[in-house]
Amino acid sequence: MYHHKTIAELSRGLAAGEYTSEQLTRHFLQRIEEHGAALNCFITVTAAEALAQAREADQRRARGEAGPLTGIPMVHKDIFCTDGVKTSCGSKMLDNFIAPYDATVVHKLKDAGMPMLGKTNMDEFAMGSSNETSFYGPVKNPWNTDTVPGGSSGGSAAVVAARLAPFATGTDTGGSIRQPAALCGITGLKPTYGRVSRFGMIAFASSLDQGGPMTGNAEDAALVLNVMAGFDARDSTSAEREVPDYSAGLARPLDGLRIGLPREYFGAGLNAEVAKVIEIAIEQYKQLGAEVIEISLPNSKLSVPTYYVVAPAECSSNLSRFDGVRFGYRCEAPKDLDDLYKRSRGEGFGAEVKRRIMIGTYALSAGYYDAYYLQAQKMRHLISDDFKQAFKNVDVVMGPTAPDVAFGLGAKSDDPVSMYLSDIYTIAANLAGLPGMSIPAGFVNEMPVGLQLIGNYFDEVRLLNVAHKYQQATDWHMRLPDAYA
Amino acid sequence: MQWEVVIGLEIHAQLATKSKIFSGASTAYGAAPNTQACAVDLGLPGVLPVLNKEAVCMAAKFGLAIGARVASRSVFARKNYFYPDLPKGYQISQFELPIVEGGYIDIDLDDGGSKRIDVTRAHLEEDAGKSLHEDVHGMTGIDLNRAGTPLLEIVSEPDMRCAKEAVAYMRKIHSLVRYLEICDGNMQEGSFRCDANVSVRPVGQKELGTRTELKNINSFRFVERAINFEIERQIDVLEGGGKIVQETRLYDADKDSTRAMRSKEEANDYRYFPDPDLLPVVIEPEFLDTLKTGLPELPDEKRQRFVDEFELGAYDAGVLTASREIAEYFEAVVATGGAAKLSANWVMGELTGALNKGGQDIADSPVSAQMLGGMILRISDNTISGKIAKEVFEAMWAGEGDADTVIEAKGLKQITDTGAIESIIDEIIAANPGQVEQYRGGKDKLFGFFVGQVMKATQGKANPQQVNELLKAKLNG
Repeated sequence: MYHHKTIAELSRGLAAGEYTSEQLTRHFLQRIEEHGAALNCFITVTAAEALAQAREADQRRARGEAGPLTGIPMVHKDIFCTDGVKTSCGSKMLDNFIAPYDATVVHKLKDAGMPMLGKTNMDEFAMGSSNETSFYGPVKNPWNTDTVPGGSSGGSAAVVAARLAPFATGTDTGGSIRQPAALCGITGLKPTYGRVSRFGMIAFASSLDQGGPMTGNAEDAALVLNVMAGFDARDSTSAEREVPDYSAGLARPLDGLRIGLPREYFGAGLNAEVAKVIEIAIEQYKQLGAEVIEISLPNSKLSVPTYYVVAPAECSSNLSRFDGVRFGYRCEAPKDLDDLYKRSRGEGFGAEVKRRIMIGTYALSAGYYDAYYLQAQKMRHLISDDFKQAFKNVDVVMGPTAPDVAFGLGAKSDDPVSMYLSDIYTIAANLAGLPGMSIPAGFVNEMPVGLQLIGNYFDEVRLLNVAHKYQQATDWHMRLPDAYA
Repeated sequence: MQWEVVIGLEIHAQLATKSKIFSGASTAYGAAPNTQACAVDLGLPGVLPVLNKEAVCMAAKFGLAIGARVASRSVFARKNYFYPDLPKGYQISQFELPIVEGGYIDIDLDDGGSKRIDVTRAHLEEDAGKSLHEDVHGMTGIDLNRAGTPLLEIVSEPDMRCAKEAVAYMRKIHSLVRYLEICDGNMQEGSFRCDANVSVRPVGQKELGTRTELKNINSFRFVERAINFEIERQIDVLEGGGKIVQETRLYDADKDSTRAMRSKEEANDYRYFPDPDLLPVVIEPEFLDTLKTGLPELPDEKRQRFVDEFELGAYDAGVLTASREIAEYFEAVVATGGAAKLSANWVMGELTGALNKGGQDIADSPVSAQMLGGMILRISDNTISGKIAKEVFEAMWAGEGDADTVIEAKGLKQITDTGAIESIIDEIIAANPGQVEQYRGGKDKLFGFFVGQVMKATQGKANPQQVNELLKAKLNG
């Protein structure tokens, strides 16, 4: 069936005329129809638009103008603005918001000829690690619908895990691509900060946010990253450097690859079973010719506290524009301006978003700025320096993506700190701006475990290569939950 | 008690870029509400600011022109506060690392001396939109056309000691930004406005008194009046045993008074932090050199050159260099007609008078610099007298052509032929024997009578100098 195929295979099938984009699109729409509601992984399904785009893609192919991705259906996390289609960001605040523009990522993938099937559920404004903060209700993990899919790109991860689409976009501010990818058993890549344009991607924490692909495997991630990456004049923080061919480097042998294992990533707090899975994966890499070096990232323990100053500080400012004045939710019959602000924001935002706005506002306030925000910036430098040191001796840093497998729905809802700790291994890459990946590496209690790979700046080529070679030697990434096989 | 006044100004100059500081929307003034506001200006979700390079160049030019340090690295920061006409909930400004630091402006004092006013800093920022409280049926309208317009905020040290100095400083900056062509200086449209920080302290006291901030004053006259009112108010409060409250006050031009807007306690905590959407602005020394080379001659340099090159007095040179347009006009007049001093008098006298009467700018003058220069040439070569020139000027102003055309058409050419003047003098002497006798009998004052008669007979066209000489010879001879 189509959903068992990789993007690379589908691309070849379309090129060979074995099937049309319309057929593919109908197939995936059918699967969304069957499973979408139960998993609650979509906020919007755009069936009619998708079919129209599919037919257009088929015509384009007929004209001989098709690219490698033309005709392959995909979905967007509902944080990417889509011209004419609702972009809610998982919030009541934007339940009525329709952007008059496409995000650069949306525009590029549309240009490549990929029909968009719909927009995926997510934690509200990407703030959460379980998808439970969404205004639209929690997403279920396809491997066990009593557990969370991770977050914030939980809808996208569930869609790819259940193969309701071969590819979903995600965004990662502190692990929001990698952690749900790990918990749902798929491949997720957070590129180097600045590699993918942030234009049209609703900001959570501008200095950390980065969009990236969530796919079934590394080869597919390379194919879509080829299109997603690149300088954008509309995003001043996007990197003005050439985009390499990410597919070209996939097959490079791993002989002599130096893998750094940070001892801080294997200490207390890590599920022992998960640790075992990771150790086995590392063994696999040794067999592929890699050399393993124990390293230290001494400031790792600062990651979570640093992140929970920087990200809320930026979000408190970024979310100020949601004031009930020009767009989005507005309270009924405001008495005056203060009432309009207080009730529109009070009623429009959920609890986690409000918590972070308050933390961030506090951290930036006169008298606290130096102690929190400035201090956090200094810590951020220390954390980056740890990696710079490490990459003098290793090519890639490896460890677990998350300390445990997917937890039960509601299990951590009342304990924000415990929830925050599920990103303990992913946050550092965001603070340092480094590219990071999660790939499926095994199972604990029948739930997927993710192996995290962190690469040097703009070294996505190597990262994808390292992931791909592993996937050539293993089949964890090909396992599907029974209900969606 | 004797009080000393301390004034510092914050001037907002709107930079004359075509598009906004962080978006591609137009900055043109006066369009229908919200027709010049794009997604970035509206603060829609997901959109990002992109810095307008031209605004940076303009700010850097200003820095160079006042002898300031132009920062090789400056940083945009967010100033966070909620207001309906501030779409993002924060204003992008510069806080800790502004683009311009230091520099100074020399102002002229009434006693003929000059005084140096130090500039603390100048930074780039975006303007907010406008709230409209009329014509929206009991609601408030928001016009975001102005949102994102580039501003240069120029902050002075508290160096001024009276309202007149403040006005002189403001005028000098106004002239400078227009010379640099970085701001149109239009105060009615709000392109150039200022806030004044005013405090008083007993003469001799070192520490500053509590200050108030007067907001958004948009004319030179109002600056002077607002400050003077505020000085008196503060002295009254202090002499009455009261205390000055640190607050923002609004000047009401209709009532000629200031009133409290918000106190320090009510002031926002702006929670400044570096804007993560924008990279630091880096200016390479080579680029700065290019800007420096491209700077026009600045008012103070030009004024000195006018003194040296045209031998004008300092005052005249100051008037003629007050704006770049006047200076260029004047130089064009001299280029055509020579006679710098005479040209200066005409530009500052008849021309300025006529312009003021019609409320016109020099750019709209019906008499071009070339026309005025052509007329000056005719005065210098004795074709017309200074008195006749006024008639020629009026005709040119009325659109009757250039000086030569007017002189020809009206027959205003000066009579310089000695024979012709002599014969007229002879006739007048013959016709007024009584006066001749009285004059010769010692009544010197009658000389003016004879001059007047000659001029009347020649309709003012006789060369006055020749008339004088010939009359004297005939009457005395």
